[in-house]
Amino acid sequence: MPVDILIGFLPLPPLLAFFVIMLFTYRRNGLSHGLAIGSVTLSWLGSLVVFWHALQVRDLAEHPWGAQLNWIPTGNTWFQIGVHVDPLTVVTLFFVAWTILMIFIYSVGYHNYGQPRGTLDRPGLPPQGAEVQDAHGHRHRVPSVEPMYARFFALVSLFAFAMYLLVISDNLLTLYIGWEVMGLCSYLLIGFWYARESARNAAVKAFLTTRVGDVFMLLGLAALYTLTGSLNYRAILSNPQVLEILATTASPIAGISWAALIGLLLFAGTIGKSAQFPLHVWLPDAMEGPTPVSAMIHAATMVSAGVYLMIRFFPLLAAGWVPGQPLTLPMAAMAAIGAFTALFAATIGLAQRDIKRVLAYSTISQLGYVIAALGIGAYVAATFHLVTHAFFKALLFLASGSVIHGMEHGVYHTGDHLDAQDMLNMGGLRHRMPWTFWAFLVGGLSLAGFPLFTAGFWSKDEILASAFESNLLVFITLGVAALLTAFYTMRQITLVFLGQPRSAAAAQAHESRPVMVVPLLVLAFFAVTVGWVGVPQYFPGLGGRLPNWFGAFVGSMLGHAGETSHAIFTPTPLVVSVLASLGGLFLGWWVYRIQRERVQDVLARPLGGLYRLLERKYYVDEIYQAVLIRPALWLADVFTYRWLDQRMIDGVLHGVARLGIAIGHLFREVIDRPLINGAGDALAEGTHEVGTRLRALQPGRLQIYLLLALVAVILMGLAFFYIGMI
Amino acid sequence: MTWLESHWLTLILFAPTAGALILLILPVRNEKGIRVLALGFSLISLVLTLLLWARFESVPVTGGFRFVERAEWFSAIHAFYHLGIDGLSFPLVLLTTLLTPLALLASESIKTNLKAYMVLFLLLETGMLGVFLALDLLLFFVFWEVGLVPMYFLISQWGGANRHYAALKFILYTMGGSLGLLLAIQVIGLSGGTFDLVELFQRWPALTYLNLPLGLSIETIRAIAFWAFVIAFAIKVPVWPFHTWLPDAHTEAPTAGSMILAGVLLKLGGYGFIRLILPLFPNEAQRFAPALAVLAVAAIILGALGALAQQDFKRLVAYSSINHMGFVVLGVAAAALAWRAADPRAQLDANLALNGAVLQMFNHGLSAAGMFFLVGVIYDRAHTRDLRDFGGLYALLPVYGTILIFTAMASLGLPGLGGFVSEFLVVRGAWPQLTLATALSMIGLFFTGAYLLKALRSVLHGPLNPRWQGVLKDMSGLELIVILPLIGLSLLTGLWPAWLLGMINQAVVTLF
Repeated sequence: MPVDILIGFLPLPPLLAFFVIMLFTYRRNGLSHGLAIGSVTLSWLGSLVVFWHALQVRDLAEHPWGAQLNWIPTGNTWFQIGVHVDPLTVVTLFFVAWTILMIFIYSVGYHNYGQPRGTLDRPGLPPQGAEVQDAHGHRHRVPSVEPMYARFFALVSLFAFAMYLLVISDNLLTLYIGWEVMGLCSYLLIGFWYARESARNAAVKAFLTTRVGDVFMLLGLAALYTLTGSLNYRAILSNPQVLEILATTASPIAGISWAALIGLLLFAGTIGKSAQFPLHVWLPDAMEGPTPVSAMIHAATMVSAGVYLMIRFFPLLAAGWVPGQPLTLPMAAMAAIGAFTALFAATIGLAQRDIKRVLAYSTISQLGYVIAALGIGAYVAATFHLVTHAFFKALLFLASGSVIHGMEHGVYHTGDHLDAQDMLNMGGLRHRMPWTFWAFLVGGLSLAGFPLFTAGFWSKDEILASAFESNLLVFITLGVAALLTAFYTMRQITLVFLGQPRSAAAAQAHESRPVMVVPLLVLAFFAVTVGWVGVPQYFPGLGGRLPNWFGAFVGSMLGHAGETSHAIFTPTPLVVSVLASLGGLFLGWWVYRIQRERVQDVLARPLGGLYRLLERKYYVDEIYQAVLIRPALWLADVFTYRWLDQRMIDGVLHGVARLGIAIGHLFREVIDRPLINGAGDALAEGTHEVGTRLRALQPGRLQIYLLLALVAVILMGLAFFYIGMI
Repeated sequence: MTWLESHWLTLILFAPTAGALILLILPVRNEKGIRVLALGFSLISLVLTLLLWARFESVPVTGGFRFVERAEWFSAIHAFYHLGIDGLSFPLVLLTTLLTPLALLASESIKTNLKAYMVLFLLLETGMLGVFLALDLLLFFVFWEVGLVPMYFLISQWGGANRHYAALKFILYTMGGSLGLLLAIQVIGLSGGTFDLVELFQRWPALTYLNLPLGLSIETIRAIAFWAFVIAFAIKVPVWPFHTWLPDAHTEAPTAGSMILAGVLLKLGGYGFIRLILPLFPNEAQRFAPALAVLAVAAIILGALGALAQQDFKRLVAYSSINHMGFVVLGVAAAALAWRAADPRAQLDANLALNGAVLQMFNHGLSAAGMFFLVGVIYDRAHTRDLRDFGGLYALLPVYGTILIFTAMASLGLPGLGGFVSEFLVVRGAWPQLTLATALSMIGLFFTGAYLLKALRSVLHGPLNPRWQGVLKDMSGLELIVILPLIGLSLLTGLWPAWLLGMINQAVVTLF
């Protein structure tokens, strides 16, 4: 099969799986997960074939593969959609395919396939565990299978479809479709356990927060389509003339160029999707979803999609920019927001107790890294970190899910009621869960940028090196963030795995099943090795021995301008990177090695108010509630509905109606009744009266009539006589 | 052309009337017979519409229309029985003939005066179809009014608690608009010398002299007539601030009535804008397009906010129509601005905006009818529509819940479903000319998400209200038959919009 056609088919198997599960196999757990995993395996296989073919081609960036078809008739032409594969697509497909497949396999174990159904389990709530009796008559509580097992696989299949669609699109409109379908899936999956109050709130929050960015993005689409007559990547991004025109034409807003305005509008979409400040608030709450979903959203798909958009549109964002010159407006915005977010989220991560929340903030922080890198023009480094982050973050999430699972096992065993996600309840798990421990350790070290061995080190180091050259403030911010990252990562590892168990449940925790552990090992493999494909040329000792395949492959996207600008080695960023990583790791261990109690973090007392500020996430949620959400509801309920509609518009209408009634009443009381009715009645009554009076003249006796006739004749005679006289 | 082809539209138009007449002589007690017969006659129109679609391309075009019929009607005043169909009217004819049988199927809960109900419903269908098919101004007006009366009775006889108020508000509001419309139609018909629309499209905008004993300039008269048209159609759409009849009427109407009200009746207004106002008043439309855009954006934003304020599920859905139909008017305003512009880019903008507006009417017909139906489904079971009374119903009603989420997403304009294509086209078409208005409409688009998620969150999610445990049953087969065509078409339009948009586009291109 030619590769072009194969590309178009990549998203289809998961979509089919979604429909088949939803319509037919929703009662059959085994069949459903078989379909789902089978479908993503097909997509994974296809992606690897595409990847393999792409490796054989020299000039994929100049001659990307693709195919188009007519989609929307627009006057005398058509709006075309199609597929597109260039080096950026290929590397994105690579990590997407691997992480999605691993997440799917892992989910089988996470949702307790093969376990009995729990008697207390209800759809919409996490499984509560089931009572079983063993051969000796002892009763145990064991994990029970997820009541909505098939539904989960249907929804993640749709999620996978949307991500594949987004990656292979050759235009912004189909990208936007994948983007929004993913938004829907995240809404449905964050709210998977919808019967929980917290889950339904988190789902709505995720959807609406990202939608803020999406509506800006839609305007960006409209503007770009208007100006260029297309939304196709090649027509816009590979066409220097179009970029030139966009960069030099002024938009109606503050005299900035159209390229800048469109760039900012698209960036707004990314701020929402990739959870950058100030739209980051949805992501930590998204932890309400099952852990595989967290991995899906935070590593493989959704947040990566936002960053992917920025990388994809980098030529537009940087239109008119020459390396070494001042940044374009969108780039400056990205550098500022990205760097700030990287630091801001890292500080919050320091004080979280929920194992998944720490990872959530680290996701926000690491994406800030990527955005900042892109903002300062480090295109390849940003892409590199996106890929390495996808692997080690997926690994960390799945490993944390394994930890939670193990803890829940302990909870069932001991019967304690405690939060299986609170790290202060854990401790010493390395003995109980050795595989998970090693996997988590690899992921954590990669996140912390442990030198040389881990993938995270190579990508982070490149970003720091680029930042050092272009902007010192960004460099310092990212450097501090790197230190904090290493610190909270080691805090997490220490609290969870090292020391002694701080609860009975932790002491009774249990290693997860192979179906969960094997995906961890696969991802751990990549969390280490992916870094080695991008070792920079200049790196002392190693550079040049390992080819910098990644730099050459992805760098070809930018043509000659994409050549790494920092070809000469400068020691400062490397030293900073190594010191931040090792120092942070050491401090994290050193501080938290003494944690014994379950109630309070050891730093809570010494840091006091600062700790509480971090723990409460700088009160951003509370502020939004007060200044955005409440006023919006007031605007809807009181202003629009009660005042405008009911009081003003309907008030006027009812006023008119009352006026009409009043006028009618007036007519009735003033004209109808007294005049018309009165006149009519008076006429009738007068006639009656006259008749009554005259009745006396008509007694029925002939003599009287004759007499009257006589009188009449005389009178008439007299009358004629006198008339004749005149 | 065979006899059948030359009377095709008459058959579509009057098949429901024939059904109504036959129903009248049927005994009242045969409830099942009445239902089957009414459904059967509405299906005749649907089947004929589908057959018409199949041979649409093969039939010759006369004056821009196909399947044209023309006969003398009132020869003294040059009014004709003139019917025709093109890509602008076909989607709405299809919508009407599709929604009517579905609405009849959704009338299971109607038990009292069933015969009268069905007769009125079939007459209503003829009235609506007549508006979409008429190519004569007077005929247009007659059908415009014909549709009004059955709906009044449907609301006032089979409606909810506040039905008399709502029905009266509905009919007075609409009649208020009709007054000006009738006068304006008379002015146009008399001064143009005919009521035939195809001729008027040429004659009326070209008139330079008006023989009216009013002493007003033709510009003034045109402007007055324009606003008379605009107000009549704006009330129907409805455009802010003429919208307050809608929440009451839609909320009080029986389920099937709400489906038709939101699904088709509102489109009469949108269709009027596109079929009559744009070709008859191109200059006035261009001049006043910014004002129209402001009202459209007000409808989009305030409609969404109004919906967000509701605690009654049905009222929330009712307000959502104001929000969505605003995009139709925004598209019309954008098209009016660039009407017959010399610049091919402006022409493309207008083309896209109008394509979007027509498609938006079709999509909104599907999603709004679906939403009202689903509200009816839950109301039939729970006998309440208060969002605060529900909660966690997804666990009890998995099929209903999934379909409700789907339909809400169609209404929200989720990419991949029909509503997105049309909203995107409108936004894209309006952006160059009405940049600020388009940008502001995004506020409405955001709140669309907010109110729909509010509804889903209150009904389906959260802890289960124990009051419903064991009380509610999931959707029946009949109910699925009603909703599945709506869902299917919405998905089809989202994935492959060209199936309908090709025809719309063709008509819009001819229009310019």
